[in-house]
Amino acid sequence: MEPEPIYLSRLQHYLYCPRQFALIELEDVWVENQFTAEGKVLHQRVDQPDKQKRGDIRSVRSLRLSHAALGIEGVADVVEYHIQPDGSEQPYPIEYKRGKPKQHRADEVQLCAQALCLEDMEGLLVPEGALFYGEVRRRHVVYFDATLRELTLQTIQACRDIVQSKTTPKAVYKAGKCRNCSLIEQCHPQDFTRPASVWLAQQLTEN
Amino acid sequence: MRPLRNVIYIQTQNAWVHKDNDNLVMKVGDEIKARVPIHKLQGLVCFGQVSISPYLMAHCSENGVTITYLNQFGKFLARVEGPVSGNVLLRRTQHLTGADRDKSVAIARTMLSGKLYNQRAVLRRYLRDYGDQADGQAMAAELTTAEKRLSRCLNQLADCDAIDTLMGREGEAAQVYFGVFQYLIRQPDFQFDARRRRPPTDPVNALLSFCYTLLTHDCRSALETTGLDPASGFLHQLRSGRPSLALDLAEELRPMIDRFVLSLINKRQLSLKDFEEWPNGSFTLKEEPRRTLLAAWQDRKQDTLMHPWFEESVPIGMLPWTQAQILARFLRGDCDSYVPFLWK
Ligand code: SF4
Repeated sequence: MEPEPIYLSRLQHYLYCPRQFALIELEDVWVENQFTAEGKVLHQRVDQPDKQKRGDIRSVRSLRLSHAALGIEGVADVVEYHIQPDGSEQPYPIEYKRGKPKQHRADEVQLCAQALCLEDMEGLLVPEGALFYGEVRRRHVVYFDATLRELTLQTIQACRDIVQSKTTPKAVYKAGKCRNCSLIEQCHPQDFTRPASVWLAQQLTEN
Repeated sequence: MRPLRNVIYIQTQNAWVHKDNDNLVMKVGDEIKARVPIHKLQGLVCFGQVSISPYLMAHCSENGVTITYLNQFGKFLARVEGPVSGNVLLRRTQHLTGADRDKSVAIARTMLSGKLYNQRAVLRRYLRDYGDQADGQAMAAELTTAEKRLSRCLNQLADCDAIDTLMGREGEAAQVYFGVFQYLIRQPDFQFDARRRRPPTDPVNALLSFCYTLLTHDCRSALETTGLDPASGFLHQLRSGRPSLALDLAEELRPMIDRFVLSLINKRQLSLKDFEEWPNGSFTLKEEPRRTLLAAWQDRKQDTLMHPWFEESVPIGMLPWTQAQILARFLRGDCDSYVPFLWK
C-alpha cells in the first residue's frame, strides 16, 4: 500500500518547527488565528480554478500537483506556462504569501516541491518560479538549484519519518519563533519541557 | 489561555431554542427571552422540557458546542455532539494506557493526590479565615486534626500500587474531610453529617450532587475538545455509558465545587425553603433558586486561580480544559507525569 501523501503546504510547517508539523499532521491541531484567516482570504481569491491566456503566457490557477514517487501532493496557487518560440510551454510556479520574504527557506522549499511535481508531471526541467509577497506586493524569483532541491528532498523525508513514527517531537522553546506560532496555546512549549514528576513530588511533600 | 466560552443553562420549561443567523434565540410562547451569539458558546445544557431546533443542533455540532439534556432535577438524559475530533492516535494511546495496570495506577494516583491536596486547601483556607474566632476554638482543633490526617492520607497515596488501595485511601480521606464539613457551614439551619449521594437526603448533599453534575459535564466537554475519550478512565472502572474519564478528571476539581457550595450557603444566597423534600426523603433544589445557583456558577467560572504548573492565572471555568490538555500531553509522551491542578 502506498503511504499517504504529504501535503505541499505542510512542508513549510515542518521547516518552521517539526513539532508544529506533527501537531497539525498527527494531532489534528489547527487554530484559526489572524494569520491563517488572512491567508485564507488571500487564497480564496486564487483558489477558483481557472485558466487565462495573456500574450505568450497561459496561467492556470489552483492546479493540482502530485509526485507519486516522492509521495507529495497539493495545489499550486498559479502555474504560468511560458510559451517558447518553438511553441513548447515552460511551467513556472508562483505561490502567494502573506507578509514579506522570510529569513528561513520554508516558502522556497514549498515552491521547489511544486516544481518537482511539475517536472514529474510534465517530464521536463523546471528551473525557476516565483513567490509573490502580499505585504511588499513584489515577485521574488526563486531558482531551483541543487542546494534547494536537496533541502526540499530532505524535508519531505523528515516529514515522512514523523508520519511513520506517529510521534510528535518534543517542544523546543525559542521565544521569537514560538511567540509567532499559532499553535502555542496547544503546544505549551515552555511547560511541557519541565520535568513534571519532580515538580509534582516537590509540591506534594512541601507543606 | 484561550478565552473562556460560556455554557448556557436553559431551564425555562417549554422553552423553544433556535438559530437566528449567528445567534441562539430562546423563546417562550411568542416572547423572545434571550439572544446570544453562538460563537461565544462552549456548551448548552437543557433542563427538562426544552426544545432545540435541528438547525441549531447542526450548527452546534459543527462548531464543537455540545448539547446536554438533563431532567428537571439535573439527572443526565442525553447528549448531542458532533463528529469527534479525529485524534485517533491519542485515543488509541489512552486506551492502551488504560489497559496497562501500572500506568493507570500512576495516573489515578496523581489525580487523587490533587483531590486530597485541594480538600486540604479547603480546610486550611477556612482555618485561616475563621480559625481564631472565639467560638471556634474546639472546632479549629478538630479542623487542624482533620487537616493533619488528610496530609497523612496524601503521603500514603505515594505507596499505593493498586487502584483498590488508592480507592481505600481516598475513601478514608473523604471520611475525614466530610467528617468536619459541617464546621465549614456557617448557617446553623443547614445540617450535614455525611456525604450521601443516592439520593441526597439533605439540602447540602443535594447541592453537592447537583454541582458535581455540572462539573462532570464541563470535564466531559473539555475531554472531548481535547480529543480524549471521556468514557475510558483510569481510576473509575469502565462501565458502559459511564463517563469514567470525566469522573476521574472531576475528582481533583471537586474541592473547588465544595467551596462554591459553601459560599452559596454561607452568603445566604440559598436558604432551606429553596429546597423541596420528596416522599422518599430526598431533597432537590427548586426551579427559581436553581436559576440563582446557575447564575452564581457562571460568575464563579470567570474568577481566576493561579495554576502553579502553568504559572499563570486561569479562569475556574477553564480548569477542566487545562487539565484535559495536560493529560493529553502526558499521554502523548511530552511530560513524564500527569500534573493535577493544585490549589495553592
Ligand atoms: S509553540 Fe514553538 S515549539 Fe510549539 S509548535 Fe509552535 S514553534 Fe514549535
